[in-house]
Amino acid sequence: MIDSTVVELSRWQFAATALYHFLFVPLTLGLSFLLAAMETIYVTTGRKIYKDMAQFWGKLFLINFAIGVATGLTMEFEFGTNWSFYSSFVGDIFGAPLAIEGLMAFFMESTFVGIMVFGWDRLKRGQHLAVTYLVALGSNLSALWILIANSFMQTPQGASFNPHTMRMELSSFTDLIFSHDAQAKFVHTSIAGYVTAAIFVCGISAFYLLRKRHTELARRSFRVAAIFGILATLGVITLGDALGFVGGQAQPTKLAAMEALWKTEQGPMPFNVVAFPSQKDQTNHGELQIPYALSLLVTHSVDGTVPGVDQLETMAKQRIRNGIPAVQALQALSKNPDDQTALATFRQHQDDLGYGFLVQGYQHDLSKVTDADVDAAAKATIPPVAPVFWSFRTMVAAGFAMLAFFILAVIFSLRNNVERRRWFLKIAPWMIPVPFIANEAGWLVAELGRQPWTVYGVLPTWMSASTHSVTYMVFSLAGFVLIYSVFIAVEMFLMVRAIRRGPDDHGDAKPSPTLTTANAEA
Amino acid sequence: MEIYLILKVVWWLLLGVLLMGLAVMVGMDMGVGTILRYVGRNDLERRVALNIIGPHWDGNQVWFILGGGAVFAAFPLIYATAFSGFYVVMLLLLWSMIVRPLGFEYRSKMPSARWRNVWDWSLFVSGFLPMLVFGAAIGNILQGVPFHFSWNLTSFYTGSFLALFNPFAILCGVLSVALSAMMGGLTVMNGAEDAMFQRARKLVVVAAAVAVVLFALGGVWVHAIDGFQLLSGPSGNLAQTPMQQSVTRAAGAWFGNYSAHPVLWLVPLVGFAGVIGAALAARAGRSHLGWWSGALGWIGVIGTVGAAMFPFMMPSSSEPSQSLTVWNATSSQLTLTWMVGFTVVFVPLVVWYTSWAFYVMRGKVRPEHVAADEHAY
Repeated sequence: MIDSTVVELSRWQFAATALYHFLFVPLTLGLSFLLAAMETIYVTTGRKIYKDMAQFWGKLFLINFAIGVATGLTMEFEFGTNWSFYSSFVGDIFGAPLAIEGLMAFFMESTFVGIMVFGWDRLKRGQHLAVTYLVALGSNLSALWILIANSFMQTPQGASFNPHTMRMELSSFTDLIFSHDAQAKFVHTSIAGYVTAAIFVCGISAFYLLRKRHTELARRSFRVAAIFGILATLGVITLGDALGFVGGQAQPTKLAAMEALWKTEQGPMPFNVVAFPSQKDQTNHGELQIPYALSLLVTHSVDGTVPGVDQLETMAKQRIRNGIPAVQALQALSKNPDDQTALATFRQHQDDLGYGFLVQGYQHDLSKVTDADVDAAAKATIPPVAPVFWSFRTMVAAGFAMLAFFILAVIFSLRNNVERRRWFLKIAPWMIPVPFIANEAGWLVAELGRQPWTVYGVLPTWMSASTHSVTYMVFSLAGFVLIYSVFIAVEMFLMVRAIRRGPDDHGDAKPSPTLTTANAEA
Repeated sequence: MEIYLILKVVWWLLLGVLLMGLAVMVGMDMGVGTILRYVGRNDLERRVALNIIGPHWDGNQVWFILGGGAVFAAFPLIYATAFSGFYVVMLLLLWSMIVRPLGFEYRSKMPSARWRNVWDWSLFVSGFLPMLVFGAAIGNILQGVPFHFSWNLTSFYTGSFLALFNPFAILCGVLSVALSAMMGGLTVMNGAEDAMFQRARKLVVVAAAVAVVLFALGGVWVHAIDGFQLLSGPSGNLAQTPMQQSVTRAAGAWFGNYSAHPVLWLVPLVGFAGVIGAALAARAGRSHLGWWSGALGWIGVIGTVGAAMFPFMMPSSSEPSQSLTVWNATSSQLTLTWMVGFTVVFVPLVVWYTSWAFYVMRGKVRPEHVAADEHAY
């Protein structure tokens, strides 16, 4: 059995590196399309200011892009290095979208980004515009395939367990890629990226307008981003609702955690706006509710019922007891692959195989499982409620705050009086962290809400990790913390510097006069 | 028709193509990083070197990422076993590699000499170290890696971290660094002029000579290493796990395929000829010809290892009968089929637009342009 400390450290490392990577990805997704939009106006109208805009925001895009690429490499490795059982158990399914991502999307994005940067003087206008669009398309297709892979972890479909190879195998590629969760999540996540970029551009433009610097470029950038942003925010909220609807049916335990729903009641059910959940007592210490709202939101009907923790645990116990013979049959099959009785037993119980694995985390010898072990495993099927509950509310609150911001931004910008609303210009730069917080909170809802599974209902987290020593894990975690801290410090420094210097500064690339000689001596 | 068997072999070949693509395309960029401080004696020269690969390093790096993705998708057991087994080495590889994007993008954003020096050294490390680890990993795989599986195919690595740095592995690592430095030198020759061109030319000849000697030495050494031989196991057309075969170890067993099929000796010959050809072409100042010849040399070197090991992919030194082979480490037939479909459609497309990108950016990189161009690295 894997040391539980190793599993915990592996989880911390994955969460840290994924959350870190996800700081940079959404901005890439959105800013690439904003660059394409600005360049489109340049190509169609021929007005040079829009080229300046595309180049200035392009400079910031690249500072962000580099670190996104770098931290993405970590993710590509980490399944194998730290989640090796996960990788061999579901690699037949999960690996395919990752490979296709490289082949179809990342090659496109990475090849054309070089031409986008270096090709301004070598390509015709239309050609360069096409290249910029291909960068945007490539980065968004990347997100699509990654989220298809992620959706398999959330709502596994298109796969079944093969007792001859002891792993999950693909049964339908189309079921895998056309999962409702994947579709809703792709649109929700990529549009969240557009919102992020829109706020970023609005915030920095407002900073210039406030200081009366580069006003021409800032005013136009602000308008393009505000319009882009309001459309995107409306989209993100709509798709968030769709995602809740899809997820609510496929992942009831995540939904119960998001809503801090301990007891199942007859609909119509109220929605907890605020609650202070206690996992231990399985109750909320104080809550503020809106009647009917939960039924409406989740079931899209007034009197729909949503299962609470009590009902979910009862169902889990049933599945755990059913899963134990499945694992035992597999153990028999591993000794004798021709054991027909074991195969028949396995077929009968295979849907609950994952639950059998889950209880093995509490009692490794399945013939000795007690009622207490089953209870403990059933309790563990409920993810940590308070963090999921509050992450969800943080994300939603951030979404509506940004909607309000963009409504005002569009009104002021279209009336051409945004420069006189100095209070608004002062708020705008402070909005920049909001989408980043929302993105990270969204990741937490999705991935923390999936616990205790790496593949929902199929593979428990405790089994998925590599069999490393604690020393190795401490070493790698410390290494990542160190390197990533330096990275973000450097990135923020260059980003702030580039913003302060603004679009007129072309001197960055030129070395100081002393440099050539200084380097030659060194 | 034994379709599953054919698919397995096709994916073994495709993985070979990916490794070769990785070695040539990423290897040349890393080679430029390795020799950066030698070919570029001042800031402007170094910027010329960086801007030669500037438009392409990111696209080239996808060969590496795709290599990882393809192993994951087509050979999940190898992805899981190798990446977790070589944990510390993989981290060193990763940490040195993730500095590279920042090195390219951030280096010339500040005029300070110290700032640029730090990034130049980072680019050196992120060019040198990954190629060393890449070669050393192959050296270790040739010797067998100490791992085994539990009943449900959880993999356990039982070797130490330091054992990975054995003499044979280091030889393979240095060979890989030499080949990448050679390709880096040829790439600099393609894009630079005058003094830089001359320095790179000298370096290509030296690196190629080192590579030829090490490749030959490695070949002799492999005679003394215990190779692996598959005695029996399920038919290659069947779905299977690594628990159903029997394997033996014997010195010189890695030459079994060559004895059985002497035509395979052409593969190492291509390796030697390509590298020697690259050196001769470089001496004659014909760097484009040298680049293609050098790439062919890389392909021959990697092909030599593949031809020796087939059907083994990752042999186990502690439990030889649990070795991972082409037959027992692949994905299901359905996954392999879909992946072949995507490969057939997208690889030609990738080759087409990559060629276009190189065509657009063709020609020499001139110092005065780099100094004047605000988009340059």
